[in-house]
Amino acid sequence: MTNDISAPNIEQPDAFYADLLAAHEGLSKAESDAFNARLILLMANQLGDRQILADLLVAARPA
Amino acid sequence: MTKLFEAPLYPYKRTADQDADIPARHPVVVIGAGPVGLAMAIDLAQADVPVVVLDDNDKVSVGSRAICFSKRSLEILDRLGCGDEMVHKGVVWNVGKVFFGDRQVYDFNLLPEEGHKRPAFINLQQYYCELYLVERIRALQAEGKPVEIRGGNTVTNVTQMSDGALLRVDTIDGDYDLEADWLIACDGAGSPTRRMLNLDFVGRVFEDNFLIADVIMKADFPTERWFWFDPPFNKDQSALLHKQPDGVWRIDLQLGWDIDKEEEKKPENVIPRLKQMLGDEVEFDLEWVSIYTFQCRRMEKFRHGRVIFAGDSAHQVSPFGARGANSGFQDVDNLGWKLKLVLEGKAPDTLLDSYAFERELGADENILQSSRSTDFITPKSEISRIFRDAVLDLSEHHAFARPLVNSGRLSVPCIYDGSPLNSPESEELPERTRPGSPAPDAPLKRSWLLDQLTGDFVLLGIGCAIPNKTERLGVSIKGLSVGVVEIGPEMRERYLGDASQAVYLIRPDQHVAARWTSLDWNKIEQALATALGSGDRTK
Repeated sequence: MTNDISAPNIEQPDAFYADLLAAHEGLSKAESDAFNARLILLMANQLGDRQILADLLVAARPA
Repeated sequence: MTKLFEAPLYPYKRTADQDADIPARHPVVVIGAGPVGLAMAIDLAQADVPVVVLDDNDKVSVGSRAICFSKRSLEILDRLGCGDEMVHKGVVWNVGKVFFGDRQVYDFNLLPEEGHKRPAFINLQQYYCELYLVERIRALQAEGKPVEIRGGNTVTNVTQMSDGALLRVDTIDGDYDLEADWLIACDGAGSPTRRMLNLDFVGRVFEDNFLIADVIMKADFPTERWFWFDPPFNKDQSALLHKQPDGVWRIDLQLGWDIDKEEEKKPENVIPRLKQMLGDEVEFDLEWVSIYTFQCRRMEKFRHGRVIFAGDSAHQVSPFGARGANSGFQDVDNLGWKLKLVLEGKAPDTLLDSYAFERELGADENILQSSRSTDFITPKSEISRIFRDAVLDLSEHHAFARPLVNSGRLSVPCIYDGSPLNSPESEELPERTRPGSPAPDAPLKRSWLLDQLTGDFVLLGIGCAIPNKTERLGVSIKGLSVGVVEIGPEMRERYLGDASQAVYLIRPDQHVAARWTSLDWNKIEQALATALGSGDRTK
């Protein structure tokens, strides 16, 4: 499973990263936190799979 | 208006036990005439087990209290002979609205699964439930069944004995002693029995206060369930509006833990809040208001020798999900048949340990569900609030977020996975009806399946003929054969799956004990022994 999570999969990574930062521009800390929470939930719904979501929660843990 | 809860229903009457030289002994004494104690008495009396109910009061409970009765409770009450009264009086609702802050985020229509006699739940004031249970006891008494309710009888001391319990009971005529082979404590969250026996009530998961009010609307108001997260009239808390019979609406306002109860209860503080909630133009009368405090916890063990705890005395959860009275009925359902078989010497005393096992499992499930609801409703940290608010914000336009909104998950019966009474299985049949699960209802040609599962063990043959009545290991088994032409789509989906026929051994509480795809009396006898707690323990 770890391999699946680690393998590059994002199309046009630089463009996505710029979009992510741009989406937060002008937002207060509280608004950014709320935005991130909504984004996580939207992404989780796209994935759906219980096992993948559980693996991601492990992968995102602080080292 | 004369209120139901003002009239004495089982006033104190002197009994012969009070003049006995040596304490009278009864097979079963139940302490507490709330819904759980009364249901316990009915279940036993119907099965001809003599039972005496003691209660310090003589009336039904004041105010609406438990108001939401689940399908499983209605099915149990059907078996106890008062399901129809409950359903005829109760309110069925399907539309709910969810509010977040000052706006409505979405509404929903519950579409309950088809093919069940009873609705997913009804709303009904607890006092009506208690009234119907008392009326049922009166009807059983008229039939000569051995059941008594003694109002104005306060138990002041309980002593455990190796073969029973000794009670000291106080009345207006002084006190008397009473012995019971088995004592069932259904005396509520504050259980005096638990305190008198110095037993634990551990695992305080969380605690909260709710202001609960019954209001009578002067004009029409929709039959819907409204739930508010963090409304302007109750900042950082929740609120719930629910319809009950007789034009009474029930309002629950969560107050948090650290509050001044007397201050909050004053009408001059309650009424302005309700006006904010319902809208200024809505006229109502405040019928009853109370503050309800709960702690989420359970006893470590529900059985202590000859003393058994059922209902809130054994476990208490938050009101979200209506898991109080509903789980109490499941306790009763689980305990009644076991107690009867043990009293008759047809099952070993250890069968009652399975009551503790199964219902402790049920309580853990309820506490888990209830904790999750509370974590959603009252976020415990900054980040949990951020996620909670994100879910609610998204729920307005994104259907995917709605299943994450948790304002209480309605009580569903516990599946007793891992119970020592379950037989292992080797054949492919639907998961939903695996051993330990409550048998789901299904329509038959002229009746409902669950109406046929009453009191005894039942051997259900689907597409397979079963003798009407047999006796094995001293226990009578009712046979129920559903012929091939009678198998409807619901029964096929719930009980057969891809199999062409099946045989189910169903316990008196309508839970599946064992199942096969063919009739084999050796296996049935083995499974029955297991379900009686007397099977081979080494396997």
